[in-house]
Parts: sequence; C-alpha cells; structure tokens
Amino acid sequence: MSTNAGLFSSSLGKKYLMAITGLFLCSFLIIHFLGNIALFTNPVQFNEYTRFMSSNPIIRVMEIVLVLGFLTHIIDAIILTRANKKAQPVKYAMNKNKSSWYSRNMGLTGTIILVFLILHLQSFWYEYKFGEVLMTVDSNGNEIKDMFTIVKTAFSEWWYSAIYILAMILLGSHLNHGFQSAFQSVGLRHKKYTPTIKMLGAGFSISITIGFISFPIYFFIIQL
Amino acid sequence: MNLTLKVWRQNGENDKGRIVEYKMSDISPDMSFLEMMDVLNEQLIEKGDNPVAFDHDCREGICGSCSMYINGEPHGPENLITTCQLHMRSFKDGDTIYIEPWRASAFPVVKDLVVDRSAFDAIIQAGGYVSVNTSGNTQDANAIPINKTDADAAFDAATCIGCGACVATCKNSSAMLFTAAKVSHLAHLPQGQVEAKERAINMVNKMDELGFGNCTNTGDCEIQCPKGISLDNIALMNRDFLGASLKSEK
Repeated sequence: MSTNAGLFSSSLGKKYLMAITGLFLCSFLIIHFLGNIALFTNPVQFNEYTRFMSSNPIIRVMEIVLVLGFLTHIIDAIILTRANKKAQPVKYAMNKNKSSWYSRNMGLTGTIILVFLILHLQSFWYEYKFGEVLMTVDSNGNEIKDMFTIVKTAFSEWWYSAIYILAMILLGSHLNHGFQSAFQSVGLRHKKYTPTIKMLGAGFSISITIGFISFPIYFFIIQL
Repeated sequence: MNLTLKVWRQNGENDKGRIVEYKMSDISPDMSFLEMMDVLNEQLIEKGDNPVAFDHDCREGICGSCSMYINGEPHGPENLITTCQLHMRSFKDGDTIYIEPWRASAFPVVKDLVVDRSAFDAIIQAGGYVSVNTSGNTQDANAIPINKTDADAAFDAATCIGCGACVATCKNSSAMLFTAAKVSHLAHLPQGQVEAKERAINMVNKMDELGFGNCTNTGDCEIQCPKGISLDNIALMNRDFLGASLKSEK
C-alpha cells in the first residue's frame, strides 16, 4: 500500500495550501481597503495612517507574513498549473467547457494580478520607502512623508488609473471563484451553508472591486 | 440526414494521429450515435479501409465503455446520458460533428477513439473496496440499519460507472470526481468504516501517482457526468483526506 508521502506533497495538500493562503490574502484585501478609506477623509489623516503602517512593529511582522502568504500562493499555483498542463498534453480539436469563465481562468487572472501587484508596489511601496518623497506636516506640526501626493500624482495619469481599474475587475473575477473554491478545497461544503458561502463570495468580490475602483475615480473627480 | 464527421484516427500508441473527414448521407434521426458509427464502419469495410476503433459494450448506459468526445463534450451535447444513449435527432441535417478520444496523459490512446482507462482500475485497487468475509456466513447487509440520507448519498455516489467523462472534460484532466465518488460511496456506509482512514489517503495518492491533474473546482465534471455525480463527493473526500492525513501515523 502506498504510504502518505506527507500532506503537502499530495495534490490535495497543495489545494489546502492554495485555499488557506487565498483566504488569508482575502483578509489582507479587507484591511488594505479599510485603511485606504482615509484617502477620502483628508490628506493629513492618510499620511498619519501610512506612517503608522510603516512603523508599527506588529504591522511590520505581519508584512513578512503577508509576503510569505503571497509567495506560497504564487509558487503553489505554478507547481499545480505545471502538473495540470502535463496531465493533458494533447488538446481537443473541438472543446466546449460549460463551467464559468472565471473558474477556468484563475491562472490568467492571477498572472495579470501579479504583474499589477509588482507595478503597484513599485509606484507606492517602493516610492514611499526609497523614492524622493515630498515632506509635509502632520496634525501635531511634525514633518511627515506626503504619501497622499504620491497617490494623487499616480492617479492623475489616465493610463495608470485604467490599468488599476482593469486589474481590480480581474481581481474580482479571481475572488469570485477563489473565495467559494477555498471552502470546497478544504471540504467545507454543506447543502444548507454552501449557497450562503457562494453569495458571500460574490458579494465580497463585487465589494472589493467597486471599493478599490472608487479610489482612482475619486481622484479623477477631485482633479476635474 | 447528411452529416460531415471529423473523426480522430490514430493507428496505435506511437502514431501521431489526425482528424479525418467522412461524409455521411441518409442517416436516420432515430439511430443511436453508435449505430451511426456502425454504419460508418460498414462503409469503410466495404471500401477496404480500416474501421474506426471505438469502445462499446452494453449500449444501455451502464457499462461506461462508450468514451467519445463529441463536438467538444464527453458523450455529446445532451446531459445525463452516455454516447450509446445519444440519438441522431440531437443533431441537425448538415451538421459537422467532431469525434475525439478522451484526452489525458493517464488515458493513453490505444487506437482511434479507444483509450486505456486501466488507471481507474488502479485507483479502485488502491482502496475502493471493503474487506468482508465471504466464507458463506456473511451477515445480511440489510441487518445493519443505515439512515435514509446516508443510504441515498452512498447510492448516488455508487451510480458512477467509471466512464471517464469527468477526466475528459476537466481542463486539468483531474480524476477527482471519479475518485471522490468511490471514496464517498463507501464512506457513507458502516461497512466502509473499517478501511475509511486509509482509503482516502491511498486512493488520492494513487490518483496523483498515475498523472491525473489537480482539481481547480471549475465543476465541468459535475456538468458532464452522465450519472450526475455531485461535487459534494469531492468536498467529502477533501475533508476525509485532511482528517486522515492529520491523524495518520505514517
């Protein structure tokens, strides 16, 4: 009899890892969105929030956990996708899949989101840490890095906003399948609760997409 | 009916294979799909050509032999039937019909439309059984009370005929629905509890070893399954495998 060659070496183990890291990254999106709401209140508040996020020790530790979460999710996806391609080397001359587009294109949407993530980190995270940032004052009159202006400048480019909006729509598509799929992967499926999980997933993906798209739209409107 | 068939022809495992076009005329809409294939083969034999090799056995939808990928779907365009239960009335006069074998590296093509599905047998051998003494003193199965919900769930899973449509339609060629149906069938019954822990682990590991892909929960398998096996079974197997792996001492 074959022995259990370690949980994560099996196909299901890798799926559990995708599910757990995926749901963890969902929780990050919520926190990220809630923090960014400060963009709507006033520049000073947003700059103070940014300083808090980049200096608080708990947040710094969570930052490392977050990077590990992303890396695990991405590397696991590459390993799984490569195995899947190997499992079906010859394609059909005629193929009609009846499943949803977003469920079949997690690799595509995921890759585009990754490219966006790199661009996003470059224009905000890298810029804030290593770029030449204008200084302004916080509510106590102390010097503070002006993150608000970085965001405002980035979104004043129409192409940047367009890429941002497109990425958020694809993120919504990724989440719509990913959220409910994570529950299925770890075996949490029930006739009574699964319809609710699917509705929550759809609601979550739509809210995240609309929520994040509201930032470039807000900057577009105030700069009119 | 007049039809254009585009049939996959492959002369053995090492042949590259190609789509060959055949014109069919005067096909009755009342014919079954396999009867139409029989007509094609009769014509080929009369011309001295090689007939198209395809699997078929019971021709009543229970053996799971008639594996054909018809116009982009396993067992053709209708739901909840096998190829032998498909009739030509499901097509229109003048239609072009693509007929291909199952595509999966774990199901190598033997010839034309025939694939080797012994990988499924290997998965069953890894754990799809119960150890019951059949010495003649076997206890009557009905002597053990089983609640209706479990009995129904076990029966629904047991209707899997191992045709391979789930693997064929899956973009990853994953055998999750088949394996899950077999795990779930026995997991719902008291007779299946003796080997329950090892079963999920052994069958999943065998499935991985044979080169089937990973499940991405698209649900194409459930849509195309001629027996309507539900994704509920996959969730049950995911759950059982996780529990068994955590508790396993191996």
